[in-house]
Amino acid sequence: MVGLLHQTLSGLATGGVYASLALALVMVHRSTHHLNFAQGEMATFSTYIALMLIQAGLPYWVAFALTVVIAFALGVAVERLLMQRMARASPLAVVGVVIGLLLLFNGLSGWLFGFTIKQFPSPFEGNGGGGAFGGMVSDHEVGMTAVTIAVLIAMSLFFRMTKLGLAMRAAALNPESSRLLGIRVGATLAAGWGVAAGLGAIAGMMVAPIVFLDPNMMAGVLLYAFAGALLGGIDNPAGAVAGGFAVGVIENLGGAYLVGTELKLTLALVIIATVLVVRPAGLFGHVTVRRV
Amino acid sequence: MSGRRPTRLLSAAVVLAGAAVLLAPAFLLSGFHLFQLTMMAVYAVAILGLSLVTGYTGQVSLGHGAFYAVGAYASAILMTDFAWPYWTTLPVAGAMCAAFGFAVGFPALRLTGHYLALVTFALAVAVPQILRAHFAEGWSGGVQGLVIVGPEAPAGLPLSPDQWTYLFTVAVAAVLFALARNLLAGRMRYAMVAIRDQPLAAEAAGIDLARVKTRAFALSAGCTGIAGALGAIAVQFVAPDSFSVQLSIALFVGLVVGGAASLPGAVLGAAFVQFVPNLSELVNKNAPGVVYGVLLVATLFLMPHGVAGALRGAVTSRRGRSNR
Repeated sequence: MVGLLHQTLSGLATGGVYASLALALVMVHRSTHHLNFAQGEMATFSTYIALMLIQAGLPYWVAFALTVVIAFALGVAVERLLMQRMARASPLAVVGVVIGLLLLFNGLSGWLFGFTIKQFPSPFEGNGGGGAFGGMVSDHEVGMTAVTIAVLIAMSLFFRMTKLGLAMRAAALNPESSRLLGIRVGATLAAGWGVAAGLGAIAGMMVAPIVFLDPNMMAGVLLYAFAGALLGGIDNPAGAVAGGFAVGVIENLGGAYLVGTELKLTLALVIIATVLVVRPAGLFGHVTVRRV
Repeated sequence: MSGRRPTRLLSAAVVLAGAAVLLAPAFLLSGFHLFQLTMMAVYAVAILGLSLVTGYTGQVSLGHGAFYAVGAYASAILMTDFAWPYWTTLPVAGAMCAAFGFAVGFPALRLTGHYLALVTFALAVAVPQILRAHFAEGWSGGVQGLVIVGPEAPAGLPLSPDQWTYLFTVAVAAVLFALARNLLAGRMRYAMVAIRDQPLAAEAAGIDLARVKTRAFALSAGCTGIAGALGAIAVQFVAPDSFSVQLSIALFVGLVVGGAASLPGAVLGAAFVQFVPNLSELVNKNAPGVVYGVLLVATLFLMPHGVAGALRGAVTSRRGRSNR
């Protein structure tokens, strides 16, 4: 029973990372209807930048904030330079460009920062805390979950309270009317890619202390994030977040009790294929079409 | 233009010249360079398979490495566990992969565009894990993989094993390209292209979408599966890590760079996949990824129909000018 609780809690902690990346995928999909296969590699690249900044002597949280800003700029640049021109292209061309980005960022991470596996510092370790729930969850997992929840609340407020957030939602739902209302649709799409890249960077920095940093760090995480986003509904931010947490728990429990750790990625494949074939809108797909 | 139509004699001469060009390397090159050309022929067949479903029918697959792996393992298991001769494993590998592709084609009917790409991408990521898994270990040899004895030239032919492997691979590739050419000269091509470009109009015109798509999937997977079997025979070894997601992505990159809906494009793409990583690795270990990525994006922006499309465009515009 203790083992089950342990697995569930630690699944929720990694699920938070999946939820952040799933939210990033949803943001891109809602605005441009693209599935960004490069989201994970962009996040890994940003995490390397964070490591570089920390090693240059910056305090952790300054490096953290700076990295999010850099990632945002990176996302905006990718949308403006490449994806914008792909708005009317065939699926093959769109997937091709995104795969090109995946290869590019993966190669750049290895080229610029080396191929060896690196340790990434956690801001939550070494404060003398013994974790929570009698040591069942590490300090980092507690801190990571707190950061994820803070980010998700901030995103929700951003979309409800700020002018840019509302403009982004409007532009995603109805570009033509939004344009008539004076919203700069192109700029909001770019901002959507930027915010997505920022979320990815946070997910990368949170997961790196656990899985260690190497150029392929996010390959598996991306797959779980896709599974989570689809499970919750690829057009529904709240659903994708719930899906991300759910996939984290499913992955941990499935790995511990069902398929063993060696088939964990196959579990993601099964979730993705099942959701798409049985219920393409995801679990919460319908509800939010009206609510958002 | 009518005076330029190739006569039967001329086309026979072209076929002979082509055969000579294909045969020559076996006697001019040796060792590693010949092996590289053998692998290029293998990739050409694999990309040909991918082009049937992705290039012509427009169903984006990022997971053809899975079919390649099934073909390779089918061939390897038949040769090691059942002592079949290497050439008899090809039809079985092709048939198995065709059945697998047919089975994948059915759920794929419900998925369009990017979603099919996502599912096949997930499949490609999962393949090495499945091959490594405990329940498959008795067959697949687990992490160690399987070692195969390479083919020998038939008795009486003064050819080294390397030369024979090259000639055998190229002959199979030539047959498959000829078959594909015939397939694409008929109704099937129009049905496939119509589904890619205008699925609604294609359905309205009476094309059975489900039938054409699942058949395209089966043919495509069968072709790529034979490529996997050829690759296993040429490399004389199969192991889970040879069939990582990088393989699927390499096939996809070759397809797009060569020209997605073009038979010569499959050959050009294979040359790209075989030789560009080796060249760029001279710069840096991680350069191939960067070069792949940049060239893939550049191709899509500058030559939407790949190198083959750009070459054809250049030829037609020159002809057009000289006819004026």
